[in-house]
Amino acid sequence: MALKIVKGSIDRMFDKNLQDLVRGIRNHKDDEAKYISTCIDEIKQELKQDNIAVKANAVCKLTYLQMLGYDVSWAAFNIVEVMSSSKFTYKRIGYLAASQCFHESTDVIMLTTNQIRKDLSSPNQYDTGVALTGLSCFVTPDLARDLANDIMTLMSHTKPYIRKKAVLIMYKVFLKYPESLRPAFPRLKEKLEDPDPGVQSAAVNVICELARRNPKNYLSLAPLFFKLMTSSTNNWVLIKIIKLFGALTPLEPRLGKKLIEPLTNLIHSTSAMSLLYECVNTVIAVLISLSSGMPNHSASIQLCVQKLRILIEDSDQNLKYLGLLAMSKILKTHPKSVQSHKDLILQCLDDKDESIRLRALDLLYGMVSKKNLMEIVKKLMLHVDKAEGTTYRDELLTKIIDICSQSNYQYITNFEWYISILVELTRLEGTRHGHLIASQMLDVAIRVKAIRVFAVAQMATLLDNAHLLTGNMQRNGICEVLYAAAWICGEFSEHLENPLQTLEAMLRPKVATLPGHIQAVYVQNAAKLFATVLQSQKDNTDGTTAQETSQLMIDRLPLFVQSANLEVQERASCILQLVKYIQKLQQKEVEVAEEVIALFAGELNPVAPKAQKKVPIPEGLDLDAWINEPPSESESEDEQPKAIFTKEEPKHSRPRHTEVDEKELARRREARKQEQANNPFYIKASPSSQKVYQDTPGVEHIPVVQIDLSVPLKVPGLPMSDQYVKLEEERRQKERADKKKKEKKKKKEKRSGRGKKHDSGPESEEDITPAHMVDIVTEEMPENALPSDEDDKDPNDPHKALDIDLDKPLADSEKLPVRSHRPTEVQKSPDGDAVSTLQEAKRSIKEKKEKKKDKERDRKVRFAFKCHLLSNRISARYASSMTKTSHLKVFNDSYLSFAFGRRAKKRRRRKNTNMKKRGWIYSGISQTSPSSNLKDPVYDIQGNLQDGSQVVVSVIFENKCDSFLKSMEFNVLDSLNSKLQRPEGAGAHDGLTVPFQLPPGVSNEARFVFTVQSIVMPQKLKGTLTFIVKNEDSSTHEKLDFKLHFTCTSYLITTPCYSDAFAKLLESGDLKGSSVKLEGINMPFHHLLARICFHHHFSVVERVDSCASMYSRSIQGHHVCLLVKTSNQTVSIDAKCDEPALLGNVLDEIKQTFSECDCVHG
Amino acid sequence: MQFMLLFSRQGKLRLQKWYVPLSDKEKKKITRELVQTILARKAKMCSFLEWRDLKIVYKRYASLYFCCAIEEQDNELITLEIIHRYVELLDKYFGSVCELDIIFNFEKAYFILDEFLLGGEAQETSKKNVLKAIEQGDLLQENQSADWGGLPRDELL
Repeated sequence: MALKIVKGSIDRMFDKNLQDLVRGIRNHKDDEAKYISTCIDEIKQELKQDNIAVKANAVCKLTYLQMLGYDVSWAAFNIVEVMSSSKFTYKRIGYLAASQCFHESTDVIMLTTNQIRKDLSSPNQYDTGVALTGLSCFVTPDLARDLANDIMTLMSHTKPYIRKKAVLIMYKVFLKYPESLRPAFPRLKEKLEDPDPGVQSAAVNVICELARRNPKNYLSLAPLFFKLMTSSTNNWVLIKIIKLFGALTPLEPRLGKKLIEPLTNLIHSTSAMSLLYECVNTVIAVLISLSSGMPNHSASIQLCVQKLRILIEDSDQNLKYLGLLAMSKILKTHPKSVQSHKDLILQCLDDKDESIRLRALDLLYGMVSKKNLMEIVKKLMLHVDKAEGTTYRDELLTKIIDICSQSNYQYITNFEWYISILVELTRLEGTRHGHLIASQMLDVAIRVKAIRVFAVAQMATLLDNAHLLTGNMQRNGICEVLYAAAWICGEFSEHLENPLQTLEAMLRPKVATLPGHIQAVYVQNAAKLFATVLQSQKDNTDGTTAQETSQLMIDRLPLFVQSANLEVQERASCILQLVKYIQKLQQKEVEVAEEVIALFAGELNPVAPKAQKKVPIPEGLDLDAWINEPPSESESEDEQPKAIFTKEEPKHSRPRHTEVDEKELARRREARKQEQANNPFYIKASPSSQKVYQDTPGVEHIPVVQIDLSVPLKVPGLPMSDQYVKLEEERRQKERADKKKKEKKKKKEKRSGRGKKHDSGPESEEDITPAHMVDIVTEEMPENALPSDEDDKDPNDPHKALDIDLDKPLADSEKLPVRSHRPTEVQKSPDGDAVSTLQEAKRSIKEKKEKKKDKERDRKVRFAFKCHLLSNRISARYASSMTKTSHLKVFNDSYLSFAFGRRAKKRRRRKNTNMKKRGWIYSGISQTSPSSNLKDPVYDIQGNLQDGSQVVVSVIFENKCDSFLKSMEFNVLDSLNSKLQRPEGAGAHDGLTVPFQLPPGVSNEARFVFTVQSIVMPQKLKGTLTFIVKNEDSSTHEKLDFKLHFTCTSYLITTPCYSDAFAKLLESGDLKGSSVKLEGINMPFHHLLARICFHHHFSVVERVDSCASMYSRSIQGHHVCLLVKTSNQTVSIDAKCDEPALLGNVLDEIKQTFSECDCVHG
Repeated sequence: MQFMLLFSRQGKLRLQKWYVPLSDKEKKKITRELVQTILARKAKMCSFLEWRDLKIVYKRYASLYFCCAIEEQDNELITLEIIHRYVELLDKYFGSVCELDIIFNFEKAYFILDEFLLGGEAQETSKKNVLKAIEQGDLLQENQSADWGGLPRDELL
């Protein structure tokens, strides 16, 4: 032994240790990769040695290399070897390496189960600790399932050091194995009141993390946490609890009210910024969830805003950032309180930290109102000029546009100002957002009709000065605005003051250097302008201008005809030919203007982006139906689709247009007009709003929109939005003055009225009227557009699985599985383990593989071990209920036949007495004392539909003897799961008096209510009936033992189900399947179904030939679905249920029924 | 907390702890992305940034950056506190800790972190208790001399 150690240390002297490796890497900066590859070769050699110290050293080095980004997955097995070393030194390194290198797909993880279990139960708390730590990093669903029970046990370890770790790791276990949550939760809850503050804090941590994801399941813990919050002084714990409350309050506003006071106290008293910040955040959440308009809460909001102001004013950038972040949350519900701090927010725009500036920008977005929009945008424009770095400037630009365009331009009172802003923004060099500005220009010009005159003038100026924008052309994103400018000038050319000049600008040779798609728009709109010029020259008898314009077009267009861009080329050549033709006509002095302008007649309405998607399918149109006869099977498949599309399409689509006759068109037009008249967002059909050149008589009606253009339009450069700000101020002042005057007048008129409200306070939103009335045309949507329903949660969220009701009592089936490969070993005390882990590990991997093949079997094995283990390990409470059920299960098989055998007879008797209640459940009886020939109690068990936990047992007492029976007392030995309901005040073991006496030959019925917690297992209760037998001469006390058998069937209630609902249920994917086969059944299928219906309370959903679907529901709402098929005396039943345990038992019972029937028949 | 990264001013990773299961490829990608983003930030900037759907909290100590990824609702300030605590723990354990201590004793740095955080949650808020646990663990471990020959020490705190 000593020699071995010496040998080990000699070996190590020659090895590189971690420090050597690190130093070596630092010394080989130039050829690091090469150096490391030689190191990895060395490590591979070291790993081959038997000496664990050498191995551990190698693994330690590998962990370092893994961090540097080298793949070490090949050494996973060696890591497991080091983990299983008995020495803490190496074990620790092994676990560290595992936690760094293992992930879910590492297959050796399944080798570790036993090693980890051994370490968890090690007498050395540091072994346990290191195992827990490692596990927290690489826990997989399999490990979680296998070890959940061990970890749960550790939650009650004597050492707080272990308890704390065990509690924390439970959260990871829950995530991987959600089924463990319910069984482990009671103990977790206990840990909230652990004497050790560390454990307590860990439990708070875990529950808070759970509750944050699925708050509704944790509402019942609110009082407990409230107590903790008011008593705890640990800021770490407080923060978690307060965060938890933040998640709970939206579900329970009353809780919020209660919270306000302690939270505000904390805000006042705490010196810890982190706690203060958390409190403020939660108060905000509370106030959001509470209905607004509670006067005493404005104080809390004020407090929050004040505190946040302090944070924002702090020199610490972090606090400033968070202050702004929290402020934006308040903004959503209490914009007024934040708006008063506009000065502070605007200051933050000057901050040197870009992230703070961006936060401030976000806030500004929500702070604008009609009143301050211009001012804020003015400030932002200043920043745009100052901004260094294009990213921030682009951010500013998008924010300005966002701010202005938000909620359908709600805050813009003056669109001329907005257009000016957009035009000013085009001066930004190198911005990527040219297309954004362009789309805004288009949107405003199209939707705000009153602004078109102004917009067209501005755009014409832009086109005229295009050279300013396009300094370095292609890579300059801003030239996109020319796209908008050209289109607006062309489309609304009737508003142009000098269309010819604009046309000339659009046909300059330099245009050919613009991107193709912009050129295409230029060419197309040049044609529109050309039409407008002709139109304007119509009344001019001297046709020279018109002819000159044609010549201009003919001169310039060839440039575009040569364009490399196909779109430009095509448009240009079409238009060129058209113009040439027009020129010919002009030379013949034919009037052409009318016809040319007709080319571009008609209004282009804006269409909402989602409009097409929302077109409802007309009634009677079935998109899935075949348009033609479905193809016959015989035809070859490849030919089929071709035939459909090539032959049929033209026939269908073309003629349809012509079908609509004039009358119909007129009717539709009328209807649309009617609708537009009623639509407040639609510009009323004044003749000017449509292009109505065709009906010339309308022209003189065109009311020119009178815009008070105090800004000279002919400013040669670009407009200054600032002037609008001033003008706007003046205008508003004037308006206010006017209003006051009016009000004064009113006051004079109505002295008696309560006029004091209207005093000249600060200007409110509603007081601001837009500079000129503008209608904003809403984007068109199809009629009857369906509201969109897009609310999809991430289906991959692991926390979704943890949405589990924790208040429901625990069912037996939910106990954590305890697994072992060798049951005999498990019963040993945990520390006495001598098995070589490695060998065992290797064996276990084999077993694991087998298991994958046959999971079903494995589960059975596991179940059998359950009671053994639990009685040894888990607290008495769990153990007792566990053993009981599993005993029962074993017991069942021998017992059942008896119980069911009796039942058939009883049923017939029952029927004769005309009991027609649906949902009556017949179950077996048994008399454990056959000697008693006096009575034969028959009972029914009936589930209570109203209360999923109640079962009514009706018992018929029949006196078969010649004596008088009295003072009967009915008593049942309660189990954990099922309890007899006794009157209040009665002891838990008291019997119930049967409320009648029985003369000879008489029978009567009594009912008893039982509460049942879990219904997924059959259960049997022992009971006793005591009574006095009275003869003429004597009376004797006698007693009768019996057993009540609660089969799972008895918890089912015949419930009808429609086939579509049934199909939906099966599709839902919530149900788990199972199946059973019955051999040698030689009864007609409908008898079979009737039998299942009758005995097991199913109803037939659908039956096709020898196949039927059946449905039933448990009193607790579990769905049970069956698919029964028969062929050749074999009946196969495929079943699905949301509770696999219940299903298994029901199937067992069905099987039992038929095996008995066979006996009867045979 | 989803993960914690320690890296140097040169962008070399010094420590990584992942509390969410991710593939190596993904981890490398995230690390590269974050190291770049954070190193690009100016010294005067605040310690928080939004990244994907997470919040990144980082702080620089001498030549080392400590960087944590937390979720939307988590508290940034308490995360800064966690980082600071961890640095204090390292400082107490190594005695005026510097980047080299962490490089050459990286496993120790992990052990300390594991005693302080578990599964991404703070498990022990008392510095004394953490150090006690580490010392006890070290007692079980044989002594090893630490010597890395005269390299410059740049203390973090």
